[in-house]
Amino acid sequence: MSVIIILLVASISIAALFLFAFLWGVKSGQFEDDYSPSSRILFDDKPSSKTKPQ
Amino acid sequence: MGTPAITDQRLQCYHCGEPCPDDTIKATGKTFCCEGCRMVYQILNQSDLCDYYSLNENPGISQRIHVRKDKFAFLDTEKIQQQLISFRDEKQMHVTFYLPQMHCSSCLYLLENLHRLDKGIISSKVNFTRKEVDIVFLVKETSLRKVAETLTSIGYEPYISLNDLKEKRPAINKSMVYQLGIAGFCFGNIMLMSFPEYLGIDASEVGLRSIFRWANFALAIPVLLYSALPFYTSSWKSLRHKFLNIDAPIALAIIITFIRSAYEVLSGTGGGYFDSMTGIVFFMLAGRIVQDKTYRQLSFERDYTSYFPVAVSVLKEDKEIPSALPDIKPGDTLLIHNEELIPADGILTKGKAFIDYSFVTGESLPVLKEVGELVYAGGKQTEGNIEVLVVKEVAQSYLTKLWNKEDPKQAPAKTVSFVHLLSRYFTYIVLTIAATTAVYWQVNDPSRIWPAVTAIFIIACPCALLLSNTFTNGNILRILGRNHFYLRNAQIIEDMAVATHIVFDKTGTLTSTQQQDISYTGTELSAYQQLQVAALATGSSHPLSKALAKHLAKGKRLQVKGFKETTGKGIEGFVNDDLLRIGSYEFVTGDSTRQHGTAVFISIENKLMGYFLFSNHYRESVPSLLQELRGHYRLSVISGDNETERNNLQRLLGKKATLLFHQQPEDKLRYIEQLQQQGEKVMMIGDGLNDAGALRQSDIGIAVAEQTNNFTPSSDAIIEAKQLSRLPKFIQLCRANRQIVIASFVLSIVYNIIGLFFAVQGTLSPLVAAILMPSSSLSILLLTFGSSSLLARRMKM
Repeated sequence: MSVIIILLVASISIAALFLFAFLWGVKSGQFEDDYSPSSRILFDDKPSSKTKPQ
Repeated sequence: MGTPAITDQRLQCYHCGEPCPDDTIKATGKTFCCEGCRMVYQILNQSDLCDYYSLNENPGISQRIHVRKDKFAFLDTEKIQQQLISFRDEKQMHVTFYLPQMHCSSCLYLLENLHRLDKGIISSKVNFTRKEVDIVFLVKETSLRKVAETLTSIGYEPYISLNDLKEKRPAINKSMVYQLGIAGFCFGNIMLMSFPEYLGIDASEVGLRSIFRWANFALAIPVLLYSALPFYTSSWKSLRHKFLNIDAPIALAIIITFIRSAYEVLSGTGGGYFDSMTGIVFFMLAGRIVQDKTYRQLSFERDYTSYFPVAVSVLKEDKEIPSALPDIKPGDTLLIHNEELIPADGILTKGKAFIDYSFVTGESLPVLKEVGELVYAGGKQTEGNIEVLVVKEVAQSYLTKLWNKEDPKQAPAKTVSFVHLLSRYFTYIVLTIAATTAVYWQVNDPSRIWPAVTAIFIIACPCALLLSNTFTNGNILRILGRNHFYLRNAQIIEDMAVATHIVFDKTGTLTSTQQQDISYTGTELSAYQQLQVAALATGSSHPLSKALAKHLAKGKRLQVKGFKETTGKGIEGFVNDDLLRIGSYEFVTGDSTRQHGTAVFISIENKLMGYFLFSNHYRESVPSLLQELRGHYRLSVISGDNETERNNLQRLLGKKATLLFHQQPEDKLRYIEQLQQQGEKVMMIGDGLNDAGALRQSDIGIAVAEQTNNFTPSSDAIIEAKQLSRLPKFIQLCRANRQIVIASFVLSIVYNIIGLFFAVQGTLSPLVAAILMPSSSLSILLLTFGSSSLLARRMKM
């Protein structure tokens, strides 16, 4: 039944990975501002008045 | 949008969307309401940033009010710089500015492209939720002052207050989020690994079972030692004050569950209740975070420092030296510019002061002060520059003292939440049941004392009770916040539900400071004459002139020649060759024998035409609001104003209402005290600083703000002026809160009884515990969230 042990280790390490992703996200302030990133992605890198949409 | 948008047959400003008075202010075919807006547009056009206008329609902020050119001169002062910036080295500086005007994605776009306006700026990053921008710039290429001026030039004037000079704002407490994350991780994995235990495992695989048990044991340790810390500290604190708070049984349950489970694992007798234990911690922490999540943009603990500027100009040997406010000493001469706040009590030494005390007294009209008179801190100079000799330090001034008066609520906890009362009984009940069970098994079967008693503590944890309150309150706070009614904390919900007497301030609360009713008496003015009056009044920045101009301007603007303003008296000028005078009776006729309060007289070609009377404009919603409230509450109005409105108000409020006029801030406070001594629960609704004392004294102090980013005295709640009419609904929701909490209490008590039924017999299996715990928490969550949201939807909030 050693396969269960392997599965156990694998599942916990994946969960731990997500835990660290979460902790990192909190630490780097990703949950603090939920408005700007969503609109920032819509800005072109080089906006120009010539391509201004009407 | 090449052509200017037309609404109401009026031109709209391309920058800010406000109606333009005429089409004279233009640039590249677009029309603007004022020079300021056009300037911003031109700056953006030059820097190729006109995408600003394509992201949102008319995203700009009106630029009618000019910012003084050297307003940010104080940012060149080394000492002030040091306190504002977050990092510096030889090359660059990092600074965070608060920009209250930020409101849409266009703002975001523009503010993150600052480097194209100023080559010295390396990067700028916006935090939209906090309305802040972090700017990194090169010291050699630009300066803090230039950055602030660049921001101002595009319409985002950084707000820098004295408050910024004090300690840095405490960082948001992230440790509880970490604790929650870890508790969630451990809880999930323990649940998973407990399944073999519940479902039974072959006798041949006993080794595997103990591996699972030990893994659970290991995972429970971080929860015990780290995630549960807030409960230990809180209950320890309450025990030291000889008070058993609700966290005490939780901490006890966590520790007892851990000890019993650890014993079972170590002795090999069972799998323990690690899943229940970590579950409690996870759900309780989640509840705690919901509870702690207050409105970050709104500060309720404001003191005078957040109102005052960072620096003022001190005159020394005819030179203007910007100095930080705390450094100002009696004997200094201050130069107060137009539209600046007077920061300290002083004597006027030069210029004519025309001071707007609306912030201190609630009085809407500016007061004229002559040289030699005392001016109090907190007033705003409205016309021209003045010089003031400081007689009292900033912290000792009249206004600041009003702020600093001790908050009576800080002393003993005034009301104990009924939840806490119930919870306290709950703790005693649990202890009694545990003792009774122990005695019973002592007699009948001593071997079952230990499992039965520990099981009682595990299952009878008050989490469901606590969660019901936390989540209902949290959700109601959120719903109210969405409707622009912000409460300081959840306790206020309960206080609102039991209020018996509502006290209103008049000026600024029932009436709007931004609008006035104008009536005219005298010789009828022709349409043309009205335009003449409007044209002349447009030239003055006096609030009455502005109101008059707005009232009469209904057509083309006429040219004014020879405009002359006598501060505090009136204005005169030629409009199409007719000499017009607008102002006090004395100013218009030259006769000083008669006095008329707020009447404004008009003369055309030296002929007295008549006068305009200004009266308070009640907010549209006020009559219906009072009508609705007067059936359920005792009402009072206390005002610092004169009695002219008495009859009008009495009609609105009903015969039983108390009306008090000529009330000083101290009188208002005392009146509230009196009511409280009669056993009333007083809700006070006010706005200005003159209400600050009364707001604090009352059981629920609600500050009315035209805009929530405006400043309000410290209070229990802030309501946006437009939402005032919905106050009865808000109160109704707060009342419903109590019923929802009680309903979920009942539910959680049912769960507890089921659990205790097994526990006292000593037959609580880990499986039953593992099902009861999360399901009780989850169903409470559903009930509280669901019913409060449903109610809000039915009330159309």
